[in-house]
Amino acid sequence: MEDFLDAFVEILDDTDRSILLAETIYKDLDEWDSMTALMLIAMFDEKYEKKITGNDIKEATTLNDLYLIALK
Amino acid sequence: MGFLKVDNVKISGIVSAVPEKVVKNMDLDLFANQQEAEKFISITGIEEKRHANIDVCTSDLCFHAAEELISKLNWNKEEIDILILVTQTPDYVVPNTSIILQDRLGLPKTCICFDVPLGCSGYVYGLSIISQFLQNGSFNKGILLVGDTLSKQCSSLDKSTYPLFGDAGCATALEFNRGSEMRFNLWSDGSGYNSIIVPDGGYRNPLAEKSLLQEADSSGNVRSKINTYMNGTEVFSFGISEVPKEIKKFMTHFDINVADVDFAIFHQANKFMNEMIRKKIGLSKEQVPYSLHKFGNTSSATIPLTISTLDDSVKNRNILMCGFGVGLSIGIVQTQIEEDFINVLLEV
Repeated sequence: MEDFLDAFVEILDDTDRSILLAETIYKDLDEWDSMTALMLIAMFDEKYEKKITGNDIKEATTLNDLYLIALK
Repeated sequence: MGFLKVDNVKISGIVSAVPEKVVKNMDLDLFANQQEAEKFISITGIEEKRHANIDVCTSDLCFHAAEELISKLNWNKEEIDILILVTQTPDYVVPNTSIILQDRLGLPKTCICFDVPLGCSGYVYGLSIISQFLQNGSFNKGILLVGDTLSKQCSSLDKSTYPLFGDAGCATALEFNRGSEMRFNLWSDGSGYNSIIVPDGGYRNPLAEKSLLQEADSSGNVRSKINTYMNGTEVFSFGISEVPKEIKKFMTHFDINVADVDFAIFHQANKFMNEMIRKKIGLSKEQVPYSLHKFGNTSSATIPLTISTLDDSVKNRNILMCGFGVGLSIGIVQTQIEEDFINVLLEV
């Protein structure tokens, strides 16, 4: 999970790594927007070689939800 | 497998016409603040685009491009056997705009004319259709027109479309030429039909009063049912997975090495997405030119418009082109550009 959070913070510009936790509702982060969503899809593709869809992002609430998709 | 080889047809020239009006994304009120606009530009790469005036249609841009192309090539209009217009923004629902252009351009009544309502992949599909008409020499010359005026179809209150799309119309001349080759890979996936869609105004959802209602979505983007809707994340996911896969299959099928490609011209959708595609195929930055910073996403016109920005550097070059998007649809073609190629970028 820590590795996933390290990768997640890389797609953000101004968010401190220390505030990212498994239960963080990532869409509530100030920086979260449609452009960040594209970077998330790219991160899944490059780091996990997984295809994450717009619907996956829509349904995932916390960073842990995203992490579980990465583990699938 | 959508692989296809067409012999004895060459691309003789391209003229791309863009409107004079420049719309800079940094100047749009649509973004909440400067930081948001900067982030958008840094990811998509789109700094500005061109917008046609209210009374200028796609066909007008294509008309000017075609006139210039025919004149530069010194073609006799009587010799033009086929005219195809690829557009999603025709003059009328009925009849086809290409037939109106036959008369307007002064082409003979024997000229075959029809429209193809494809978008981002449409240029390659247009090339595949016209080249097959020309390949056996019964017909000699054809003009492919492509373009859209999507600034009119997108809601100016929708961040997911309005800053991305620009207007352009391009004319491409093709002719019978013994020895020339064009290789294609054409791909479709209708399961993603609603990823980019104008929901109302066709016969599934006929135009009604409620079609015109402007409503905000969960992201705060406001649009009506006759505006373009785009699910950017779905399209991005499709772009970075299916497009490199199909290009690789194409290159394997036709035994094309990455080093053989002088220029790979991709549909100009989003620089971040295109760069991922480029890296997956193993192409260098020098092999993949961009025009989206200046013209945005002009739908079926992005590929010829990008070629037009390259001036004479495309002559005697091996070019791979790939259009992808609405449908969902992918079109890939590879061909050689000759020494006498005409290449013009026009402001109208």
